[in-house]
Amino acid sequence: MDPIHQFQIAPIYPLHVLGIDASFTNAALFMVIVVLAASALMILGTFPKALVPGRIQSAAEMTYEFMANTVHLTGGHDGMKFFPFVFTLFLFVLFSNLIGLIPYTFTVTSQIFVTFSLAILVIGLVICYGLYRHGLHFLNLFVPSGVHPALLPFLVMIEVISFLSRPISLSVRLFANMLAGHITLKVMGGFVASLLGAGIYSVIAPLPLAMTVALTAFELLVALLQAYVFAILTCVYLNDAIHPGH
Amino acid sequence: MATSTDHGLVEGTESHGGTGHGKGPFPPFDPANFSPLIIWLALTFGLFYLLMSKVALPQVADILKTRRGKISKDIHEAHAKRAEAQDAAATLEKTLADARAKALTLAQETQAKLAAEAEAKRQGLEGTLNAQLAASEAKIAEMKAGAMANVDSIAKDAASAIVAHLTGKPADDKAVAAAVASTKS
Repeated sequence: MDPIHQFQIAPIYPLHVLGIDASFTNAALFMVIVVLAASALMILGTFPKALVPGRIQSAAEMTYEFMANTVHLTGGHDGMKFFPFVFTLFLFVLFSNLIGLIPYTFTVTSQIFVTFSLAILVIGLVICYGLYRHGLHFLNLFVPSGVHPALLPFLVMIEVISFLSRPISLSVRLFANMLAGHITLKVMGGFVASLLGAGIYSVIAPLPLAMTVALTAFELLVALLQAYVFAILTCVYLNDAIHPGH
Repeated sequence: MATSTDHGLVEGTESHGGTGHGKGPFPPFDPANFSPLIIWLALTFGLFYLLMSKVALPQVADILKTRRGKISKDIHEAHAKRAEAQDAAATLEKTLADARAKALTLAQETQAKLAAEAEAKRQGLEGTLNAQLAASEAKIAEMKAGAMANVDSIAKDAASAIVAHLTGKPADDKAVAAAVASTKS
């Protein structure tokens, strides 16, 4: 009943490439499962190419249109070239969160290394694309316009710090939500088992059980919401790269 | 939840919290997990990105485009059909109006023609009748005159005979004629 146990990473197939540990772990297994499940929805689900879609095709189309609208709304027409990336990110995070809610599974997004890598990928893309498209004008991002020159150094410092903290806040938000949610669920579930084994106290065991049910619903919401938040923040940051300057 | 599957559940039931904390750092922060996680994340995420951008998204975009095209085409066709129907209705109206006007003129023409014919016939008949009437009247007048002439001679004969019978001698023709003429007037 150790609530941390669910985040343990164990190799399934130990593998070392060039002296680097590249073992196929339970985390890697669930990454593969996530990719397969999401691809099944998006590729097999839309395979009929029906004019009047069935349920799965409808779900795939709705996801597509939802993300397309989100990207278009935040990034404009230019932002649509990042649509495949944002969509992939959203679906990967969403499926990781949702699959992680199934008991006995592993939650890929509960690993800070995973979320931080994704955040670094986003910020790296923002910086690279910003410099590629605008050159050094991209640095105008850190210079707010219409400010008194005396205040400028101070404000630029704040902008730089806020920019640098983006990957941290982006990754920690997702990671902490998943970690905390799963620990809470596990602890509540543990209460049920402990109370059932505690003689007369077993009569109050339904209380934490009800709590677990409620929390599961809440975690479902969090899983969707955090995936959406991750995607929309990615859009917002990418928009900075497309249209720098305030 | 699932570590190496052989003792996942067993460990879960026997430990009463705390025992897991002793061994090693908090798993999400364990640097030993870094490289396998990142390598497999890069592999799976990269594959996933390729699948989405090359296969799934074009496929869905194609479906949506096809559907949008089909809907706009259908609407366009419906509009064309409606315009066609309106044209047909207008043509029908026009044909009906034409036919009505034609029928009306035809009826009027026929009526006028028939009326003229009837008038001509009537006039012809009237002429014939008038001529016959005149002829009859002339004949009657002639017959009357003839009859009157006969009456004259009969009256003369009768007067002569009466005179001869009364006087015993033949009557004077001239005197008789004068007498008859005097009575007649």
